[in-house]
Amino acid sequence: MKDKAGHDELPHLPLHIFLIIFVLIATYPILWVVTIALSGKQSLALATLPDRIAVTEERLVQNIPGLNDEEATAIVEALENAKWIDERGILTLKPERDKVAPLLPAELSKYAEPLHKDLMVCLAEPSTLDRLRAITPWPETFSLENFRAVFRDQPFGRWIINSAVIATATTILGVFLACTAGYAFSRFSFPGRRAGLMSFLVSQMFPGTLMLVPLYIIVVQWLQLGSSRIGLTLIYATTSIPFCVWMLKGYFDTIPKELEEAALIDGASPGVIFWRIVLPLAKPAVAVTALFSFMTGWNEFIQAATFMDKEELYTAPVGLRFFVGGFSQQWGYFSAGAIIVSIPIVILFLFLQKYLVSGLTAGSVKG
Amino acid sequence: MAGVVFEKVAKRYGEVSIIEGLNLDIQDKEFMVLVGPSGCGKSTALRMIAGLEEISDGHVKIGERVVNEVAPKDRDIAMVFQSYALYPHMTIRENLEFGLKIRKTPQAEVDRLVKEAAEILGISHLLDRKPKQLSGGQRQRVAVGRAIVRKPAVFLFDEPLSNLDAKLRVQMRAEITKLQQRLQTTTVYVTHDQVEAMTMGHRIAVMKDGKLQQVGTPLEVYEQPSNLFVAAFIGTPPMNFVKAQIRNEGTLIAAAKFALPVPVKLRHLTVPRDGANVVVGIRPENIVDPSKPTRGETAMIQAKVDIAEPLGHEVLVYASIGDDTLVAKVDPHRAPQLDSIVDLVVELESLHLFDAATERRLA
Repeated sequence: MKDKAGHDELPHLPLHIFLIIFVLIATYPILWVVTIALSGKQSLALATLPDRIAVTEERLVQNIPGLNDEEATAIVEALENAKWIDERGILTLKPERDKVAPLLPAELSKYAEPLHKDLMVCLAEPSTLDRLRAITPWPETFSLENFRAVFRDQPFGRWIINSAVIATATTILGVFLACTAGYAFSRFSFPGRRAGLMSFLVSQMFPGTLMLVPLYIIVVQWLQLGSSRIGLTLIYATTSIPFCVWMLKGYFDTIPKELEEAALIDGASPGVIFWRIVLPLAKPAVAVTALFSFMTGWNEFIQAATFMDKEELYTAPVGLRFFVGGFSQQWGYFSAGAIIVSIPIVILFLFLQKYLVSGLTAGSVKG
Repeated sequence: MAGVVFEKVAKRYGEVSIIEGLNLDIQDKEFMVLVGPSGCGKSTALRMIAGLEEISDGHVKIGERVVNEVAPKDRDIAMVFQSYALYPHMTIRENLEFGLKIRKTPQAEVDRLVKEAAEILGISHLLDRKPKQLSGGQRQRVAVGRAIVRKPAVFLFDEPLSNLDAKLRVQMRAEITKLQQRLQTTTVYVTHDQVEAMTMGHRIAVMKDGKLQQVGTPLEVYEQPSNLFVAAFIGTPPMNFVKAQIRNEGTLIAAAKFALPVPVKLRHLTVPRDGANVVVGIRPENIVDPSKPTRGETAMIQAKVDIAEPLGHEVLVYASIGDDTLVAKVDPHRAPQLDSIVDLVVELESLHLFDAATERRLA
């Protein structure tokens, strides 16, 4: 087979198979989470595997011809004493044919053969279909109960609002400061320009947890802003600004200086040039930095968990942790919450994607 | 309307001097072309008029006003950039309006001025487009339109045609010249292209290494280049230069392998300088084949043909005499054989004589 361009199609087949498998592997965890959220249950399992069949007196009476109730009780006792079955009657080992008879009281050894047969039935493993069901990310029953419950029974709505307020404030503060700082770094030369840029870069090299102690001292002890949205906003803005400044500086560098000079001669003040010429042209970079700032505030966990010790001030990620931490194992709430938390970011990505590609590659190629 | 005056202007970046002691008087309504090779300071000079570069020393005047400390927007100038510098996110109309609106011109007046400028440049049908939808030539027009719409006292052009293809460049060259004649606005035009300088300017200022070499009408600069640099820079193909010595009491110019008699008209230069080393400049059009009519005194030389470049209306012949190579313009139907020895006639009265040491024109 040849396609229009004259390439052999066949060599692509293994590639496609590989890619499809890869996609399945990559999306599987997400599908799992969605399934748990939609199952309406709190269990982490996709489906419950049927247990081994319990060995009970009733069952033995039914399945072994001629056996009466007392004899059945004696058999179960014998099995229990030999630790073949646990207290629920579930078999703990594979019964061997030759060992069944010696186990039983002498008068019951005639039942050894049928008993062994029945024990083998009780030992039956879950079917292949059952096993497949257990790994297929498709809920046994559909229910939106988890989604309702996180808002009804849990203060999740409040946490979402906290996150939204903090992330939005972080975005506005971070983008505004990063725009002005990035422009200054790009266009003006002043003492400390290089040092400032380098220190921004260096601050990105250390993990955020390293900043926890100094931030705690500054924000909680000095500014008295522990457990407050303003405090957390300040912290997030501080962490996101260095990246945003570099991003925007890089983009401003690609905007020809002649444009500003033309505007200057046209009579525009520096403010007008910045707001009406430079910023509109930097839209892709501003979009990327805004998204980055928002995601910083929206997704961050460690600092939020450190600084927000009142339950009503939790952000969404801290709240999610609350569902499965400590003594609670509410995986259903957790999954539903995780999906709800991811929706705004997905929407933002879709909304800003036309800027993202051009924004992230901006500056790499002179356009 | 106003002229532009440079008085002992200097531009220095720390220790590095870009322009030193620039004196230049640009008349009202004049089309002045600043020309020179890259890095000669011509653009810097222009940007000093615009106020985009600070003036390290001296004064720049627009009209009667010293503008050293005046902000660009208050200088009553407009500038056309090499890259056009159109605002990419605005339509053509918004581009043209931008300067007017910032100056709080009433909307009716804005509309009238934009319409007028667009009509002059033939871009009325493009007003609602964005710059990236326009061709290079159209963008160039818009850039010019943005300059003329405000009716400034001085137009500044910074290599405006460099980004256009050759054909369009010739066309826009004529249009800008026509526009300046029509608007009668003082214009300073920077270019590295000596053809643009020759064809467009009322006067040309040739610059090199931050120093003014010569100012004059195109013909003056062409016929009376004040030094070797100007002589070499203006004219295509460039002037031929031959090192020589004045001999025989100023009547003979002797090069390495040939000699030319000094015509009577140039004797006043050579007689007092007998024995001096000079550089003789001969424009290619003053070396012709013997069949052509010539002007004034002539002399015949023989040279070996190295290369012949037919251009259609003429043939450029690169011929050598010893180590000296001369370019001659020859009739297209008499293109010589390569490596043959040809007779060439030199128009002696058009010789340019330069001092070998100072590189200045003998006067």
